Amino acid sequence: MAAQLKPGQGPLDYGSRTWLKLLFAAIFFVLYAPIVTLVAFSFNTDKRGVVWRGFTFDNYTKAWNNDALIEALTNSLVIAFIATIFATILGALAALLLWRFRFPFKGAYEGFMALPIVIPEICMGVALLLFFVSAGMMEFSVHMPWPLNLGNIIFAHVTFCFPFVAVVVRSRLVGFNRQLEEASKDLGASEWQTFWSIIVPYMKPGLIAGALLAFTLSLDDFVITFFTSGPETVTFPVKVYSLVRRGVSPEINAASTVLIVITVIATVIAMKLQAPPKSDRG
Amino acid sequence: MESWKQNPRVFWTLGVPPSVWLLLFFIIPLGFLFVMSFSDKAVIDGQVSITDYDYLTGFGNYIRSMDPLYLGIMWKSVWISALATALCLVLAYPVAFGICFAAERRKPLLLLLVVLPFWINLLIRTYALIAVFRTQGYVNKILGVVGLGPYEMLYNNFAVIFGLVYVYMPFMVLPLYATIERLDKSFLEASLDLGASQFQTFLRVTVPLTMPGIVSGIILVFIPCLGSFLTPDLLGGANALMIGNVIERQFKAANDWPFGSALSFLLMYATFGALALRYLFSLRSKGVDV
Repeated sequence: MAAQLKPGQGPLDYGSRTWLKLLFAAIFFVLYAPIVTLVAFSFNTDKRGVVWRGFTFDNYTKAWNNDALIEALTNSLVIAFIATIFATILGALAALLLWRFRFPFKGAYEGFMALPIVIPEICMGVALLLFFVSAGMMEFSVHMPWPLNLGNIIFAHVTFCFPFVAVVVRSRLVGFNRQLEEASKDLGASEWQTFWSIIVPYMKPGLIAGALLAFTLSLDDFVITFFTSGPETVTFPVKVYSLVRRGVSPEINAASTVLIVITVIATVIAMKLQAPPKSDRG
Repeated sequence: MESWKQNPRVFWTLGVPPSVWLLLFFIIPLGFLFVMSFSDKAVIDGQVSITDYDYLTGFGNYIRSMDPLYLGIMWKSVWISALATALCLVLAYPVAFGICFAAERRKPLLLLLVVLPFWINLLIRTYALIAVFRTQGYVNKILGVVGLGPYEMLYNNFAVIFGLVYVYMPFMVLPLYATIERLDKSFLEASLDLGASQFQTFLRVTVPLTMPGIVSGIILVFIPCLGSFLTPDLLGGANALMIGNVIERQFKAANDWPFGSALSFLLMYATFGALALRYLFSLRSKGVDV
């Protein structure tokens, strides 16, 4: 029977069915068409972005000269950069703790660690707003010079980023051969030396992937930043939000395109690093 | 894995920083929110104060949230999220299925294509949708060529549901892909050999065996939909409010933080309920499986 079938015609060769291919094409079209349109229109000469009139880089120059937009973008990048450093360290510590030790109420501890990942963003946003106002940190940060006035936002971002880093780093650590650690200690290395010269090098791909994840999460966040930013501090998503409410403009397209490029590069690198290692097991 | 007692110094060095951070910037703020949900604005000299509160005055805010107006919004949030989740499932299942049965060398690229939009800023994606769907947007222009429209496609429930499906689709594809990929294909062959049609095989073999992935996907999409704020805010009109928008209003424009806190906690309880369901389901499927 099977010999009579052409390749790709078997009952389980769903991958070559025409209807499935059409569906794929349709779904990817719907997923990408709006984004492609957005990027394309960032090069449009038409002011209202309604029809295509011609190719230009003017929108990029305008966006670059728009101080408010650049300030927001700088804030976003600074916040993402600092939050990433803290989130990576805290996440790595939490991952090492959960990977290495048994301790009472570990299940509950893990549950709490996962909580920032699962609760709705808006709940976390309002909780932090309430906390910052009640603790006087909101008042305090308004009078601080840049970049210290971004402190509250950074605290908030570290909080929702580091549990994600912990998950990524921990999944990397699972593949670690603990005999290497024992060998290192047998050969006279201290806890600290073993950590730096055996465990950290092994963790490195996980650390980088976790850091890039934290960076994109922080750069992307709107809801939590919206609640925790003071009246004076604006990040890129918050700025875009206020612009979008007023309508569509090609400058937003240009700035968005820049951000998309940054994010896509970070994501592709992170995915490459996170792909299961093929040869370094055992 | 070793007991923490074997090496308490390392244990505390690793454990203290993340735990203190989580306590300070997560548990305590949630505690504040919890207390606030049972509080009221203080009344000083017969005037309702803007900044002072009477703490722990009772269940007043929760009782107020049972008002038909708010119950209506909660109900609407639930059905919009449920509909968006169902649409995600219907669209994502064939996509996940197709990726699993695609040529091995194409799989990583297809997966990347599904996941990539998720990494692009939510606000940018929503903005992109607005630009395409507005009255002078491309969708209306294409419809205009056929002689239809222009339609007002933004600022209604349709736009919100479309936006939610658009935004959360990757969350559905990934868990489905993971379970279908692990599915033993010889079950499908056996079913087909024994005379079941493709459709029967799908309904009675594939779907039951991939149920854990379906449940994970439903939860992963439903929870963020229920708590979404940005999508209904930008794509929905004044009448497309969801619970997230009401919470935002209490904390910004209406300045009624105690009531907003109570609503936030109701939303969180709904989230925990959904997670508990998923946990129960995973216990059950473990019992049946293998």
